[in-house]
Amino acid sequence: MTSITGTAARALAGFGSTSIGRAFGSWLGKIAGGFLVLLLLTAIFAPWITPFDYAAQDLTNGNAPPGWPHLLGTDQFGRDVLSRVIYGARTSLSVSATAIAISITVGMTLGAAAGYIGGMFERAVMTVVDLTWSFPDILIALIFVAIIGPGLTSTTFAIAIAYLAQFTRLTRAQIVRLKRETFIEATVNLGAKPRHILLRHLLPNAITPVIVVGMLAIGDGIVLEATLGFFGLGAQPPTPSWGAMMSSGTAQLFLSPWVIIFPGVVVAVTVIAVNLFGDELIRALDIKDRIRGA
Amino acid sequence: MLLRYTFFRVLMLIPVSIAISVVIFMIVHLLPGDPIDNLIRVGSSPDDRTALIAKYGLDQPLFVQYFRWIGAMFQGDFGEAIVLRRPVADLIAQNLPYSLQLGALAFLFSSIVGITLGTISATTRSAWVEQIVRGFILIGSTVPGFWLALLMILFFAVQLQWFPVSGAKGWQSLVLPVLTIGVGGVALVARVTRVALLDVRKEDFVTLLHAKGLPSRTILTGHLMPHAMLPVVTILALRIGWILGGAVTVEFVFGRPGLGSLLIRALGQRDYPVVQGCLLMLALAVMLGTLIGDVAQAAMDPRVREAKT
Repeated sequence: MTSITGTAARALAGFGSTSIGRAFGSWLGKIAGGFLVLLLLTAIFAPWITPFDYAAQDLTNGNAPPGWPHLLGTDQFGRDVLSRVIYGARTSLSVSATAIAISITVGMTLGAAAGYIGGMFERAVMTVVDLTWSFPDILIALIFVAIIGPGLTSTTFAIAIAYLAQFTRLTRAQIVRLKRETFIEATVNLGAKPRHILLRHLLPNAITPVIVVGMLAIGDGIVLEATLGFFGLGAQPPTPSWGAMMSSGTAQLFLSPWVIIFPGVVVAVTVIAVNLFGDELIRALDIKDRIRGA
Repeated sequence: MLLRYTFFRVLMLIPVSIAISVVIFMIVHLLPGDPIDNLIRVGSSPDDRTALIAKYGLDQPLFVQYFRWIGAMFQGDFGEAIVLRRPVADLIAQNLPYSLQLGALAFLFSSIVGITLGTISATTRSAWVEQIVRGFILIGSTVPGFWLALLMILFFAVQLQWFPVSGAKGWQSLVLPVLTIGVGGVALVARVTRVALLDVRKEDFVTLLHAKGLPSRTILTGHLMPHAMLPVVTILALRIGWILGGAVTVEFVFGRPGLGSLLIRALGQRDYPVVQGCLLMLALAVMLGTLIGDVAQAAMDPRVREAKT
């Protein structure tokens, strides 16, 4: 028994000294991070905690106000809003996280190549990147959805493309800065191959700010996913998504405002939590200048 | 010098516009399915089909089609809407003024209120004003615009009945959309103004002005503000694009006519000539916005002109 608590305590202490652990240090970090952990668990264990089937219709009990047994009320088809919000977390989180993962992978590759190779290639990449940079994310996403049609897959790619410029710029800025450092110069002089320098020295040193900005971007991705869903261009029925829920709720705006209010509150709180926790993470890692410089 | 800068900056727009127009042109050609399938009547012969393909120039190489398309645009011919069965140019001409009005008002609102709030928070230097501004920024930059719009409708239009729920009749119908788009901008402008003012205040020449005995008000309006406006103008110029993006959502929610609601409706109906026309206009507006911002910045700061030409 003692050994178990001892291990747990040591594990906790170890966690506390990691940068993520330090981000939990302040009370803001604790609240925001705690909420995100809770949300993630809710999304993962959705089938076991939803009180009702998210797709089950009960037309005799449509537009029921919040109360018992439907804690957050029901929508026009009598579907339980709470269950749909919980399942919506799955859709929103997975779409946004997948999109940002794609965006980071492509953006880092492009940015690292541009920063490392330089010359005409760098100029060409950065011209395109700066061009998309000046466009609002919703406009880029709409152009992309216009090309490949509505749906969750195209939403994912649309979000990935909308934030691509951000990661390319950020990675390039890191690589350009690192290239001037003495230790890279030394590695070059020791005869290391470009591949080795890039993968073993430049990227590992460049990755932290990119990951942190990526975490912040997941928040933006959630908003973008909700917006596309709201326009009816994202998740198609009956897939529950926060944006799509609010979209179908507009028709009953006056009759059952809770159908719109609750998913929106969850989106807002989630994104605010992501931003607050991201800020704490930036502070814990002390990388504010490296992100600003890009 | 400024003229030279502006000239090069405008010149740079040419490759950029070509790139954007190619992407928007490709929308129709990357779509699965053949547009002819929608036009052709059931039971037509293969000859009818080839005639239709020739009529719309679809037998030509892609780049020839592109030049025809862009050439027609320059003559104000944006094609014909498939669902609405009207020239796209007419639809755009009808909707554009509403978007411009909304965008301009939202821009004015966020600049005036933002700069005022920022100045107040910098001069009072009170912690809680700073906290309120921070809270505003967090909410303005994180809460989805369409949801904010819906809440505004629920509270101000349904509960209090101060403003109409939707439509575009009279100034009352503009209040809620402008507020919705403006909230994020106000917060951002306020923060940039505040930080810029506090930065300039640390400069030696400001200490000298105080030592000379100039009244604080004169120092603020005559010396601090002109310096602090530089980053503010930059952020405002960048904001133009975001205001347009916000307008797309907000127009849709408030059921206002405008480029944004036209675009969303056309996307839902897969009315691609309209989608292309709207996207092209919005892209053009974003580019013009950044152009104006860059030139204004160069006009205010000689260092920018030097660095970029």
